[in-house]
Amino acid sequence: MSDARRAILAKMRSAMGRKADDIDRKAAVADRLQRSPRGPIPARGQVDGAERTALFRKMAEAVQASVVRVGSREGVPEAVAAYLKSKNLPATVRMGEDPRLSEMPWSAQKHMETLTGRAENADLATVSHALGGVAETGTLMLVSGPDNPTTLNFLPEHHIVVLEEADIAGDYESVWARIRERFGKGVMPRTVNMITGPSRSADIEQTLLLGAHGPRALHIVIVERT
Amino acid sequence: MQITSPGFKQNARTALDDAPLQRALGNVRKGFIEKRAKAATALPEFDVLRDNARDIKDHVLAHLDLYLEAYAEKVEAAGGHVHWAETADDARRIILQICRDKNARTVTKGKSMITEEIGLNDFLEEHAVAPVETDLGEYIIQLRGEHPSHIIAPAVHVNKDQVEADFRRVHTHLDPARNLEEPTTLLSEARGVLREKYFEADVGITGANFLIAETGTSVIVTNEGNGDLTQNLPKTHVVVASIEKIVPTLDDVSQILRVLARSATGQDMSVYTTFSTGPKRDIDPDGPEDYHVVLLDNGRSSMLGTEFQDMLRCIRCGACMNHCPVYHAVGGHAYGWVYPGPMGAVLTPSLMGVDQSGHLPNASTFCGRCESVCPMRIPLPKMMRHWREREFSRNLTPATARYGLGAWVFFAKRPALYQAATRVAMAVLGRLGRGKGRFSAMPLAGGWTKYRDLPAPEGGTFQAQWAKRRHAA
Repeated sequence: MSDARRAILAKMRSAMGRKADDIDRKAAVADRLQRSPRGPIPARGQVDGAERTALFRKMAEAVQASVVRVGSREGVPEAVAAYLKSKNLPATVRMGEDPRLSEMPWSAQKHMETLTGRAENADLATVSHALGGVAETGTLMLVSGPDNPTTLNFLPEHHIVVLEEADIAGDYESVWARIRERFGKGVMPRTVNMITGPSRSADIEQTLLLGAHGPRALHIVIVERT
Repeated sequence: MQITSPGFKQNARTALDDAPLQRALGNVRKGFIEKRAKAATALPEFDVLRDNARDIKDHVLAHLDLYLEAYAEKVEAAGGHVHWAETADDARRIILQICRDKNARTVTKGKSMITEEIGLNDFLEEHAVAPVETDLGEYIIQLRGEHPSHIIAPAVHVNKDQVEADFRRVHTHLDPARNLEEPTTLLSEARGVLREKYFEADVGITGANFLIAETGTSVIVTNEGNGDLTQNLPKTHVVVASIEKIVPTLDDVSQILRVLARSATGQDMSVYTTFSTGPKRDIDPDGPEDYHVVLLDNGRSSMLGTEFQDMLRCIRCGACMNHCPVYHAVGGHAYGWVYPGPMGAVLTPSLMGVDQSGHLPNASTFCGRCESVCPMRIPLPKMMRHWREREFSRNLTPATARYGLGAWVFFAKRPALYQAATRVAMAVLGRLGRGKGRFSAMPLAGGWTKYRDLPAPEGGTFQAQWAKRRHAA
């Protein structure tokens, strides 16, 4: 279909009265792709420290996520166990290979069973570690890979996400900068998910209902800065 | 999709008499406007972000050829395949071929207006591939054999009792005595039925809200999570997107995301904004093994460099139709093709020809609400006027309207005569209407007075009042 490609590009260029080898245009495009300039950033998220965490929490709760804080990574399994109990769920969670998660003291929780790997349809609860959060809108950002397989974000009824307080940014752009640093400029993992609250639909008479196809509940465990 | 836009007048008449439709349209009038206003007000930078979103897209459209080349290069570098389709037919054939290469029998679909535009579902069915819509609204209308009546709320014309009846008709494997009274039970039932489909499907097809040139990434924005299951569980992910979806960078897409959900549903962010780049990597435990992007032109490149180029900034938020009094009255199906409301009234003539859809740009009161809420600042009324001009210059306007306009031109060119004639007409009408204050019928305006009364004029012509006030001031 390279004929189609040639034809479409030629049609565009003649419609715009442009040439393919226009050096100035090429430079303008290359420059923008290279510099990726930032646009206006809403002031709302531009706060620091505890204020930023509080904003993240407020925004996430406003979209029906539940949020708890724990003092350290060691406190996460207990918080997860408490959440499962509060929802009358079996003490079983599935997670990926993220060492930040696997090194947590899961076995200290009585009867807690941890499964690893990609999600299965029968999974009721999964645990993921977020790459970051965005205070502006209470948004989580997760990247695919063996550490945190993407299906964990969508198949279970309850999705539990661990977020380090230090990884909460004010705006999306700051997280993209982090992703560029980690994967290289112009390179992305297969999937980056921005998640803002649990799944929902308003397709029946514009009435908002939670739990359409993805998780019915999103629970965020914030690990305090140490 | 068969176009019925030439029958807009009849379609609209039918819609106005359709009681269930009118009940459902009440939900559009109620919810969307208030939610958008609230979200826009809560963000002080909203209008600055709209300006920047417009500028980003204008920049892209000025260099669309180069950005598309850069994008395609990145997709291929990430291990994906790019297919270019000049027409709807080309796109359908490319997608069918991908399905055949995978021996696909069922495909799941995320919500995509482009696949509606190319009539993909019917085509796949004709060729022994079963498409399953997974967005709740799309699923409902697929069961009903209908097309979307709204670009972000495809089943907005359907009431809850109708959904219940459809589910009972189709989900015959479930207990007929089950209670479906509550909307949540309908949602759970659809969730259960569709969950199995994701695992059965050989290919998952999604649209794209954005294509990012910097990284070769396609982006979908959803609330349900169906698009994500669609593109993660089957072995093959096919993205179908039109060429104008390009944005340069991750920073640029972040800017436009800030105005998209707020304008569409009044959310600060939709629940799931998903960035997909190439197939799964070797170490990934999930994700598709193959990733294809079908880039559709279908008439868009011909809009570049014309007075309709600005329409290519559209991000399909639906705000224009949510705020349109004509859409509120007749709903989306009356427009007769894929895209309803003000954006459809501009886009349909561009893609399907003004001879097919000349009624649509006429179906506007020019109240300007669409432009005032458009996050991309698209001058929709101006472009509808351009279509009216083209329609007129090509002699497509009906004779009565042409004579009427001719008569108006005659008077408008002679201000003294115009003023005298309007003064006399107003005096006569004012006297005749003194009793009731309004006319329920008027000669030569029967089409207008059939649905509303004409108030009797009072207090002199506009020009007379204008002159009086200026003297007073």
